[in-house]
Order: sequence, then structure tokens, then C-alpha cells
Amino acid sequence: MIWASVIIQGVLLGAVYALFACGLSLMFGVMRIINLAHGDIAVVGAYLVWIVATRAHVSPFLALVAVLPVMLIAGYVLHVALIGKSLRGGQLVPLLTTFGLAIVIQNSLQQIFSPDVRSLGAAAGWITTSSWRLSEALAISWFGVLVLVVAVVVLGGLDLFLRKTGLGREMRATAQDPDAAELVGVDARAVYARATAIAVATAALAGAFLAMRSTFEPASGPTQLIFAFEAVVIGGFGSLWGTLLGGIVLGVAQTIGGHIDPQYSILAGHLVFLVVLASPRGRTLAARSARR
Amino acid sequence: MTGGERGPAAVPPIRRAALLSVECLEAHHGLLHAVRGVSLRLAEGEKLALVGANGAGKTTLLRALAGAHPVTAGTVRFDGADVTRLPAHRRVGLGIALVPEGRRLFPDMTVVENLLVAGRHRRPGPWTVDAVLDAFPLLRPLRDRRAAALSGGEQQATAIGRALMTNPRLLLLDEVSLGLAPLAVDAVYDSLTRLIATGTTVILVEQDLGRGMRIADRVACLLEGRIVLEGAAADLTRDEVTEAYFGLGGAGGAKARSTAP
Repeated sequence: MIWASVIIQGVLLGAVYALFACGLSLMFGVMRIINLAHGDIAVVGAYLVWIVATRAHVSPFLALVAVLPVMLIAGYVLHVALIGKSLRGGQLVPLLTTFGLAIVIQNSLQQIFSPDVRSLGAAAGWITTSSWRLSEALAISWFGVLVLVVAVVVLGGLDLFLRKTGLGREMRATAQDPDAAELVGVDARAVYARATAIAVATAALAGAFLAMRSTFEPASGPTQLIFAFEAVVIGGFGSLWGTLLGGIVLGVAQTIGGHIDPQYSILAGHLVFLVVLASPRGRTLAARSARR
Repeated sequence: MTGGERGPAAVPPIRRAALLSVECLEAHHGLLHAVRGVSLRLAEGEKLALVGANGAGKTTLLRALAGAHPVTAGTVRFDGADVTRLPAHRRVGLGIALVPEGRRLFPDMTVVENLLVAGRHRRPGPWTVDAVLDAFPLLRPLRDRRAAALSGGEQQATAIGRALMTNPRLLLLDEVSLGLAPLAVDAVYDSLTRLIATGTTVILVEQDLGRGMRIADRVACLLEGRIVLEGAAADLTRDEVTEAYFGLGGAGGAKARSTAP
């Protein structure tokens, strides 16, 4: 029974990672770039939710509803102003640009909010502390289930968007051949900006959930980036359902490792990541084309 | 002059308003000066075959007309408007569509999805998914197959259909027979001949001289980025074109001056 509990906790933890990873996966799938500022953008989202929630005295969930459209627009602007321009410089330039952006964000947050550790857990209320107690050793937190449901809805919705809608088809076409997409009337730059906007909004969503689930500070971003990156690699680059699976595998590995000995928690996740990377599938990752 | 049975084509091209007029177009491909001072006028409904050896600049010229290749100098006017600086996706909206060399389908999307992507920014017009599937009946049973899993001929039919989905007024076809089995080439050309008989303006790049000259009203021969011979398809002999194609003799240049509009 204790192992069932460990695995369930791992799945719930994995949902958070999957939510972090989905924007990273989308940007890589569409533009072939890895956004090194992804984790820090998520932390910006968490701070925005914190500001709205404390200033307006509303629930963080309500604040999140207000913050998401703002982050969508911010993502579009970020692409037009910065990432889109860096894309013209080849593969290395976007990597360096987002690395620089990550440093700028971390230091700005430090300057504005001080390095204090904060949490939205208390503000989110009863949902973060309640759980179903199924037996002595097995309790399922409501908030964990909520995050899992949101992760499935976001990743599934995104997958449906890419497969079934005109905008989504344009995004897939641009991912597969931007030059040919232009020749059938698709504005590739606008498509890229839309992908960045969606990625930034999902990052903010993940950041807010992280803040409600545990704590955050200006330097929280890079750790989340590493977990998100590992989830994407484990699940296979560019595949959204794979990303959900990758997040869950990473989460389960971490809770199993943590159950054996708390100091093995993070290490177990890294080990699974390395095993996948060293496997034949991992070696072909670089050459693989993203399907959607 | 073209033959009398062609109806509207019997009017000298220069008298009709040009749908496409290109003046002194220059384009570079890396360090290569690929297109050098090309001027062209094309009336609505005209079919021009662009011939020339490998590396003569045909593909670069076509891509420059479609907006997919940067122009270093010169102007491209389409239906009276200067489109020289317009990006490719905006030119599609005006009615210029290119079937690129190598087909360039979206490999992981189905035939229908390939068509639908192109249909999103279409001009109003007769072409729909159903119309394309009617024009290329071989695609109907394959509509939900991934483009990467199609044969070369099926891919080419999809690529032409994808361009038609935008309802083009000017269709640019780059080497549609390249890499196809002879039977597939015949099938593609059968459909194509019927399609362009409906009055679409066409520029066709073709290695097969005979095919190009049969379909086109006019032939232009490129050599090292310049048009060295241009004239009505009916007036030119195969030998004249072949000479210009390989850059043999000076007769080609004189001919170009006498018949160019």
C-alpha cells in the first residue's frame, strides 16, 4: 500500500512537471529552439498572481484568470521584440538570447521582490490542505488531482488545437517546413509568435501552481527548467502526450527515490533522464523531427 | 504570333494589360549572381515555359517572383501593383502561387490537411478540397494518408492541388516532372493540361523541352541568369531553343531582341 501511495504522489508531482514542460515542448516542436528562460517566465507568472491576489485580496485562482491573458500578450510581444529576431541568427543565438533573458528576469525579480521565499499555498485556501484519505497509508491531495486534471486538459487541448483547428494546422505546417508554409499564405513569424504566446501562458499557469503547491523565490526558475527539460527529453521532443508521460515518469522516479532516502529524490529523476538519454531512442533525439 | 485557333492569344501579348511585369530583376544566391537583369511581361491567361540548363537561374527567378527569394534590384509588378518587397505569404493573397521544386509537402500531415492549410488564406475562387480531389482523382482514396507515405507522382499532384487551393491568378510550376517515373509524369501533365486550359496564367519551368513547348504559348530561355531567347512557342524551332539553352552561337541574342515584347 505504501508503494501505491508513493506512485500516486509521483504521478501528481509529475503533472506539475508536465505543465512546466508543455510550453518548452511546444516551442521546441514549432521553432526548434530551447527557451532557457522558460522556468523564469513561470516564476514571473507566479509573482504576477501573487501581486494580484494580495493587492486585490482575491483567491490566487481568480488572480490566475486575470494573469493568463496578460502573459499571452507578453509572450507575443516577447517573440516579436526578441526571440523572433534572434531566430534569424541561427541555432546558437536564440539559446544565448534566452539565457540572457533568464539572468535579466532573475535579477529583476530579486531587485523588485527581494530574495524572500513566498508561497501562495495559504492564500489558495482549503484546497491545498484537503485530501481524500483512502486508508492509513494512502491519501490523495485534492490540489494534486486538480493539477493533474489541468495538465491533462491543457496538454490534450493543445494537442486537439494542433490537430483539428486551422490555426493549429498552420502551426504544424510551419513547424515542418516554414518556407513551404509561407508559399501557401502562412505568415510564419505570426505563427511563431502565437506559439511563444501559448508557451509563456502555460509557463505562468505552471508557475502559479508551483507557488500554490510549495514555495517560490526569484531564483526558482532554473530548477523548474531542468525538470521541464528532463520531462520533455524522457517523453520525446515535440510530442505533447509524450511530454505528459515524461513528466509523470520523472515525478514517479523522484518520489520513489525520495521514499528510499530523501536525499535520492532529485538524483533518481536525473538518473532516469540519463538512462533515457543513453538509450538508443535518446541518441536519435537530436535527429528526430517533431510531429506536432 | 501564335496560331489562329488559340482565340485570345492571337492578339499580340503587348496590347493586353500585363498581369505580371518584371523589370531588370537581379537576385543573388549566396555569392552567385543567379538572376541578371531579367525583364518579362505576361498577359492574363498566357503560358510561359522557362527553359535553361541546371544553374541557369530558373528556380531562383521563380522563387523571387513568389517572394521566397530576396531581390537585389529591379521590380516585380503584379496586376499593376508593385509587389517587389512583399513577403511570400502576402503575395499568395494577391494570387501568386508557387509549386516549389521538390514538392515540399508537409510530410507529417495528410493530403487533406496539406490542402486545408493552403485553403486558409485563399482568394475567393472555384478551388476547394473537393474540386482538387475531382481534378486529381488519384488523390481521393489517399485523402487521409500522410504526405510522406505517398509516391512521387501522388506527392506532385498534392503539391499542385495545394497551390490551386489558394485560387491563384498566376501559377508558378517548378520542375513538376523532376524525379518522377515517366508514367507519373504523363498523369500529372494530363491533369495539368486540362487545368491550365481554364485560363490560369502559368510560368512553367521544365527540363523536358518538348513538354514545355507543347503546353506554353511562349518560351523564354535562361542562360547564366539572363534571358537569351524569347518568343512564341509556335515560332521557335527546337534547334533554336537548344542552341540558346547551351549558349551556342550569337543567333539566340538577335532573336530575343526581335521577338521580345
